[in-house]
Amino acid sequence: MSDYGIRIEGLRKRYGKGDTAVDALKDVNMQVAPGEVVGLIGPSGSGKSTLLKSLGAVIEPSAGRMVLGEQVIYDDGWKVRDLRALRRDKIGFVFQAPYLIPFLDVTDNVALLPMLAGVANAQARARALELLTALDVQHRARAMPSQLSGGEQQRVAIARGLVNRPPVILADEPTAPLDSVRAMAVIRILNDMARTYETAIIVVTHDEKIIPTFKRIYHIRDGVTHEEAGEGRAFA
Amino acid sequence: MISLAGRDILHAWGKFAFTGVGLGLLIGVTLSMAGVYRGMVDDGKALLDNSGADLWVVQQDTLGPYAESSSLADDAYRGILTMPGVAAAANVTYLTMQVRKGERDVRAMVVGIAPALRGVAPGWPPYLVAGRQITRSHYEAVADVSSGFALGDRLAIRRSQYTVVGLTRRMVSSSGDPMVFIPLKDAQEAQFLKDNDAIWQSRRRSEANPSFNRPGVPGLFDAVIASQSSNASVNAVLVTLKPGQAPDVVAESIRRWKRLTVYTRAQMEGILVGKLIATSSRQIGMFLVILAIVSATIVAFIIYSLTMDKIREIAVLKLIGTRNRTIAAMIMQQAVALGLIGFAVGKISATFAVPIFPKYVLLTPLDALAGLFVVLVICVLASLVSIRMALKVDPAEAIGG
Repeated sequence: MSDYGIRIEGLRKRYGKGDTAVDALKDVNMQVAPGEVVGLIGPSGSGKSTLLKSLGAVIEPSAGRMVLGEQVIYDDGWKVRDLRALRRDKIGFVFQAPYLIPFLDVTDNVALLPMLAGVANAQARARALELLTALDVQHRARAMPSQLSGGEQQRVAIARGLVNRPPVILADEPTAPLDSVRAMAVIRILNDMARTYETAIIVVTHDEKIIPTFKRIYHIRDGVTHEEAGEGRAFA
Repeated sequence: MISLAGRDILHAWGKFAFTGVGLGLLIGVTLSMAGVYRGMVDDGKALLDNSGADLWVVQQDTLGPYAESSSLADDAYRGILTMPGVAAAANVTYLTMQVRKGERDVRAMVVGIAPALRGVAPGWPPYLVAGRQITRSHYEAVADVSSGFALGDRLAIRRSQYTVVGLTRRMVSSSGDPMVFIPLKDAQEAQFLKDNDAIWQSRRRSEANPSFNRPGVPGLFDAVIASQSSNASVNAVLVTLKPGQAPDVVAESIRRWKRLTVYTRAQMEGILVGKLIATSSRQIGMFLVILAIVSATIVAFIIYSLTMDKIREIAVLKLIGTRNRTIAAMIMQQAVALGLIGFAVGKISATFAVPIFPKYVLLTPLDALAGLFVVLVICVLASLVSIRMALKVDPAEAIGG
């Protein structure tokens, strides 16, 4: 296994051309090991979202290098032909709002990803149930998203992010809509899942409550990242 | 792989059901309109079938007797009977008018049929559902059941009263009016006889005309008056052929030797469908086009709204790696499902509505099949706008910032 879940070197992203060009990312360098959860924090307009979209293979960076596990996915250009499959199989997403599919029940919301990857329905559902059990929401497996509490929805969203066993999960403000107790619970779950499934997790956050829980933090300002040690406090 | 479209429909089944019912009623109207057209064509064919004729002999250079008025001498049939290949020939008159029964009246086509044994002469109703055929020379009638008349009813046609002695079915004019059969002499009177005032005035004019009322020619004036009072015209002669005779050959023979216009069954059908109901069919065709456009617009709008409601979910689906074709299939399947619900509701509502229509409406399985195909094509086309919009959704929309 690679030493890194994800490694980013000299990533840059420029919007526009000529005089109107804006450098959203100037020099981003990050390394997250499998099983590690790191924070990515920065003020509005610092380039967090651009970085997240670049990591998520949603927009194309202008230069730099990104490696997922042992696979180089970007090196001054995409090295992967099917970005859709890359997102489906190698990158997990957890959003600020859970964005569960409202017409699928909890199990199928989680099982959808493996199904999209061609896994048989029964097998995909079994994998989903295993994760729901790990996240302690197995009792709501047949419920519809609208019947879940905010915390339950977020746990289902985490299960969805993990279900294809991606080497990296990008979590965009996953605790923003939650109170401090539920927010800490979500962070604890993310840490547990990272360890259990050897997944590198990048948590983009403004949430002051959870920042002290990270052992390592990347600050991003004006498109440049700076690494610093976090407090790594125990979860409340 | 689970059916995303199916799950979404089940999740919002109420919205789909109501929308489907609304669309279905529109499709029901469309199917009924097609049925009205088919009914008109079938009425025309029934008119020809039930007349029992192989040839229609009419006034020269007219499209009679159904599409244009036609007048022939009522003894013309005798000469036609002598032509080679002719098995039977019978006079017939057709007059569309209001037939009164008590206080109400019914628009009907009054058919004057020549006296003959049933089955011998064409023009008679080929079968009855109640009562008997006309056996007397005057004042008996056989009516189509759709007229609402019953056995024993007394009908007023012009100045005479008729008793309904028999009832038949599917004997209608090309415009769907029920037929009332009466003896030929009565029908000739009903069609050509003047009222008393007109006869009196005609006599006065003739009396004042020195050409008709010559002092030195006794009996001339009476003969003129008698000729004005009697009527010796019919609208057509219906001809049946001997077995093995070619209609075109016999028709040509009658045209040549009797100097009359003759139509074969195929030509008469062409006149009925191609000329008599052509305008109506174009009118219905226009309605069908408008209804198709309205249906397509409604389906497109509904699918567009449903897709707009899911725009965030579609962004998430794209972000997590769902293929474009899976998303397109979801939208198209929903449009097709909506069309199928609508078609089922439309077919059922049209089937139940048919008996309510005052005229014959014919729903054919082929039309239903064609309707289903058109509905599905419309739904697929209508979904394309929504699919295009969904495919343009940026997966980055699922990520904040």
